[in-house]
Amino acid sequence: MQDFSAAFGEAFRLLATLDPDLLEIVALSLQVSLGAVALAALIGLPLGALLGVVRFPGRTVAIVLLNALMGLPPVVVGLTVYLLLSRAGPLGTLGLLYTPEAMVIAQTILVTPIIAALTRQTVEDLQHEYRELLTVLGVSRAAAVLTLLWDARYSLLTGLLAGFGRAIAEVGAVIIVGGNINHLTRVMTTAIALETSKGDLALALGLGLILLSIAVAVNALVASLRLTAARAAYA
Amino acid sequence: MHDAACSPARDVTASLRGDAAPDAAPRAVLPVRGDGLVVERGGRRILDAVDIAFDGPGISAVLGPNGAGKSVLLRVLAGVVAPDAGRVTWAGQPPRRELRPRLGFVFQKPVLLRRSALANVRYALHAAGVARGASLECARDALAFAGLAHLERSPARLLSGGEQQRLALARAVATQPEVLFLDEPTANLDPASTARIEALVREIAGEGRKVVLVSHDVGQVRRLAADVAFVHHGRVVEHGPAARFIDHPGSEAARAFLDGRIVL
Repeated sequence: MQDFSAAFGEAFRLLATLDPDLLEIVALSLQVSLGAVALAALIGLPLGALLGVVRFPGRTVAIVLLNALMGLPPVVVGLTVYLLLSRAGPLGTLGLLYTPEAMVIAQTILVTPIIAALTRQTVEDLQHEYRELLTVLGVSRAAAVLTLLWDARYSLLTGLLAGFGRAIAEVGAVIIVGGNINHLTRVMTTAIALETSKGDLALALGLGLILLSIAVAVNALVASLRLTAARAAYA
Repeated sequence: MHDAACSPARDVTASLRGDAAPDAAPRAVLPVRGDGLVVERGGRRILDAVDIAFDGPGISAVLGPNGAGKSVLLRVLAGVVAPDAGRVTWAGQPPRRELRPRLGFVFQKPVLLRRSALANVRYALHAAGVARGASLECARDALAFAGLAHLERSPARLLSGGEQQRLALARAVATQPEVLFLDEPTANLDPASTARIEALVREIAGEGRKVVLVSHDVGQVRRLAADVAFVHHGRVVEHGPAARFIDHPGSEAARAFLDGRIVL
């Protein structure tokens, strides 16, 4: 118990003194996860919107698969990306293994199905409401997709938030493709795993507290945005 | 509501209309016609071989009891719902997107975008091809016409029921359509709001446009319409001048409906 409270004390000291190692790890975590969410949004938003709007044979199967991919195990994604990027793999010449870029790729694969699946549901629901109006106004399908994405933007934030939560909290994929190299690919989750196994609970706890704070802060920000939008009946 | 700049570019459609004059309210309206229209849903015939045509300006009513198929008929004519059999023509041609700005549609329950009142109207103008530079003034004109100028910045979905329906009407007429379809636009409104909508509808028709109004309110039809198509069990039972229909209905179904007896 004494160890525990001592670890907490040390954790707060690291936070209060803005320990450079700690800040570096936090910054890289944010950089990798936000990068992955941005890339996943670029792919997942249009993909989900098209799935929500366009009817084609096999659409139901595609939706089931997409929903299933939301539960993709991070270690499986990590292993797959590792095989692709390893020297003998098809993308080995790019030399990306054990770099932050490899971590972004792995997290993008994890996050894209989440954003696409939630976008598909949101856009489909809104389309039920807008479909006849957009038809009588003569709106093209491409313009309709953009309209639905824009008018659903506050609801779609929830999907982005879920994606960010998945990315910032996962450890399995980034530890395989990043390698947890100090000052290069060490992020909060991999550092927590390493420090815990070494018995250095202070740094692990400090990082854990920051991880929780980030989760709370991002959720609070999105909740306040959605509340503002709901007041204007825009959400 | 006469600003030609608020109409979409006419070059695409002028040849069809045979009247390319862009500087006045439309004198010739887009003829809308349905031949042998059949719509089936869940094994039930909602429309049963309907033949109907609307041409020339003025207000035409589609009257009938609930569930008669009036709203479906309006949607089919407006190209929103595809018929299972039969065909719809606009100016003799199958419905196509380029002609849409020449028709407006107002739903019974207003469908408003999650934007301001002004943005809702501008959206329709942009969809019709009106340039962004012109759309602001056009949208403000349409809002002023509907008595909503002071609410242009208000979120559309926070307006009252009557205001929402007037906004839907403003949005539908902003592009200066020749034909306006109204699906029971006052069904959910109080008498004051109904009177305001009816005054606007009269004004729209007075500008030389065609208004096709679906209603089950005989009083409203008497107040507004020049002619009535009576729909019963998915068929157009009668179509003729409103006064004659109301005073001397030609079918037992119409007599029963006008007397307030249930006909479904």
